[in-house]
Amino acid sequence: MSSTVLTPPHHYLNDGFGVKSWLLTRDHKRIALLYLCGVTFFFFIGGAMATVIRLELATPVGDLVSDETYNKLFTMHGVMMVFFFLIPAIPAVLGNFLVPIMIGAKDLAFPKLNLASWYIYMIGGLFTLYAIIAGGLDTGWTFYTPFSTVSSTSNVIPAALGIFITGFSSILTGLNFIVTIHRMRAPGMTWFRMPLFLWSTYATSLINVLGTPVIAITLLLVAAERIFHFGFFDPRVGGDPVLFQHLFWFYSHPAVYIMVLPAMGVVSELVAAGCRKPVFGYSFVAFSSLAIAVLGFLVWGHHLFVAGESVYSAMIFSILSFLVAIPSAVKVFNWTATMYKGSVSWETPMLYAYGFIGLFTIGGLTGLFVAAIGVDVHVTDTYFVIAHFHYIMVGGTIMGYLGGLHFWWPKISGRLYNEGLAKIAAGIVFIGFNLTFFPQFILGYLGMPRRYHAYPPEFQVLNVLSSAGASILAVGYLLPMAYLMWSLRYGKLAGSNPWGAVGLEWTTTSPPPTENFAETPVVTWDAYDYPERMETNVA
Amino acid sequence: MSDHIVQPRVYYIIFAILMVCTGLTVSVAYLDLGPMNTVVALAIAAFKAVLVVLFFMHMKYSARLTWAVIASGLFWLLILFTIMGDYLTRAWQPFGSV
Amino acid sequence: MLPEAVHQHHPPALAHHFDDLEQQREAATLGMWTFLVTEMLFFGGLFTVYMVYRSWYPDAFAAASHELIIWAGTTNTAVLITSSLTMAMAVYAAQTGNRRLLITLLIVTISLGCVFLGIKAFEYYSEWVEHHVPGLNYDFEPAYFRNAQIFFSLYFLMTGLHALHMIIGIGIMLFMLWWAVRGIITPEYHNPIEIAGLYWHFVDIVWIFLFPLLYLIGRHTHV
Repeated sequence: MSSTVLTPPHHYLNDGFGVKSWLLTRDHKRIALLYLCGVTFFFFIGGAMATVIRLELATPVGDLVSDETYNKLFTMHGVMMVFFFLIPAIPAVLGNFLVPIMIGAKDLAFPKLNLASWYIYMIGGLFTLYAIIAGGLDTGWTFYTPFSTVSSTSNVIPAALGIFITGFSSILTGLNFIVTIHRMRAPGMTWFRMPLFLWSTYATSLINVLGTPVIAITLLLVAAERIFHFGFFDPRVGGDPVLFQHLFWFYSHPAVYIMVLPAMGVVSELVAAGCRKPVFGYSFVAFSSLAIAVLGFLVWGHHLFVAGESVYSAMIFSILSFLVAIPSAVKVFNWTATMYKGSVSWETPMLYAYGFIGLFTIGGLTGLFVAAIGVDVHVTDTYFVIAHFHYIMVGGTIMGYLGGLHFWWPKISGRLYNEGLAKIAAGIVFIGFNLTFFPQFILGYLGMPRRYHAYPPEFQVLNVLSSAGASILAVGYLLPMAYLMWSLRYGKLAGSNPWGAVGLEWTTTSPPPTENFAETPVVTWDAYDYPERMETNVA
Repeated sequence: MSDHIVQPRVYYIIFAILMVCTGLTVSVAYLDLGPMNTVVALAIAAFKAVLVVLFFMHMKYSARLTWAVIASGLFWLLILFTIMGDYLTRAWQPFGSV
Repeated sequence: MLPEAVHQHHPPALAHHFDDLEQQREAATLGMWTFLVTEMLFFGGLFTVYMVYRSWYPDAFAAASHELIIWAGTTNTAVLITSSLTMAMAVYAAQTGNRRLLITLLIVTISLGCVFLGIKAFEYYSEWVEHHVPGLNYDFEPAYFRNAQIFFSLYFLMTGLHALHMIIGIGIMLFMLWWAVRGIITPEYHNPIEIAGLYWHFVDIVWIFLFPLLYLIGRHTHV
């Protein structure tokens, strides 16, 4: 087979060479790759912090690092992972690449703004990196007052400023996606013909636009308080520290939906393609994305159950937190129903998708445990909560990200990765992840507090298991870096549709041309228009 | 979306109403209406804002989607303001306590 | 690639990833409104903080509010409303192709913005002289010393952020002025003026709320 059939002569990767053609690009696909470099870089910094943390926690005595250094480690791990990896990763990498192609457009609505978003992201990241190099931040990624505003002697202002700046990247990307999806769909691409990844991306963008400004003003208040001693959160002047927590979590709770919704969107695509079936209950999944976005804004007070909010507020937030689980559950049921009687395949992206479904379910259910105020009083600020959110953010989001990266890698690069190695890596990730975080549920239930660098000796066995798991997980993450990069040069050429999947992105070449399509598509089919399979005699 | 050209007359009338309302806000502030002072001040401010949004910002002549965007912003602002709910209920005693 | 004949009908203002000027205009307008929603939430955080502390310390807030220069605040409100009028008229001028009027109105709008900032600067200077600046030289009557500090902190933060948005707005208007002078704004392509105007009116609306909340608390209690 000649290579000109599989790889087009002109595509976005060879449309201009040199640093300037990348750093001044307006092509959403190139910007997606710029983001890929950025998020990977910050992921490794956050991962390095996690490595030292798990090394320290392998023994009960705080002997590897001092308590102050430990405070900085878990703080910077959280800041890097939340703001510079989990929030941008899927939207800015996969979203940027796929949104215009999936709706049949040539680019996003505002290409120059898209490039500016990347620069803003990197500048914010560099500010925060400076905070690390200058000695770190020790307030926890949650910046609770009055420690962050009055007592902490660490680099609060550069870190707060870095996150403030990067927040604008999220806002502008969200704005770009919203306008693009509303105004630039190809002829015939109605809302209900869009792939579910776009519904998730749209819902995520709503959260980005509505929530991020609140964390921006909150961090500005922290910085102003530190510089001018304003007193908004300082009890000595009559301020209320809990007000900070209200404002902080008003964004940071929806933020966790910014992290998981895009991964859910990826999973919808992977399950449909991996089972050769339309997603069961398409409109239910679509509306659930919107419901998660809206309800996610109504539950922030569950982070303040023991902080001093009124018991009546707590009760309302508790019941709303139970409600927000419902649309997520609807999605899990629909994915499972999609798999039923589907032609289930076991390729790497699908492995990550199935892993997501199981691990996200565990994470989500344990969220219900902590939504119950009585339970939360006991497990809040313990390893139970840490395990809960890592099941969702790592077992959920990162698995979704890796699945999506593998699924669309042939489209992005024009190359196939080594499927055998990839399956092994997926297995290593799954085993490593569960070994790391399942013991933490037990640890938290038994009472081990979070953010402590030393603990009673009876907790050591579980901690050692967790640290061992972390080392396995690290291997699982390094392997894809290696074989994906290797495939860029040595991988088999992919062709436009290596998975035999349905979707506009699979109708164009791999890699796509700069303007995405040779001719603007006219859409007359539904999102997952897989051919009807012949009914076999299934018992 | 067709481009509606608003006549200057409309702008002048709205401007006049806005100026009158400003004067009203200041004058009423000097009367003692108890807690109603704040209510009246905010009501006048809200009325002025509505006029600016409808006529100066052309919301009256805009697409439905624009209305939806503005409404969402207002709705979310109200959600943010429910933080006050915590402060209003802190002094209430929990059930069954002395 | 488009054949040459079609390319000649391509309006110069049309960006290549849009199908036509109408789609471009709708996208830009939706983008600006979405951005204004983010600004609503941004200022909303400050209004929330204001609400909490005004409910906690009504007397301290009233005492502190009395110290603000009411004629300055009132004049500034009038200045901004007038600038919104001239801005709306500027859109009309752009829509009807009246370049001279557009340029004049943009200059007037910018000037009014500068008047606003000038009065604000005068107020800030007076407040500094009166020792009402937390973190710099703050002092207040002992009865309300602590809590009035929160009022003044809010005052400077809210009006300061608003003033920053005014400065950015003036910058945007200068840019629009340059485009108007260069003849880039035509009845066919006047949307930039419209969306710049949306931003300007929004900043005006923020002030419409700031003014009574900061300047007019409990004005009736004592002179």
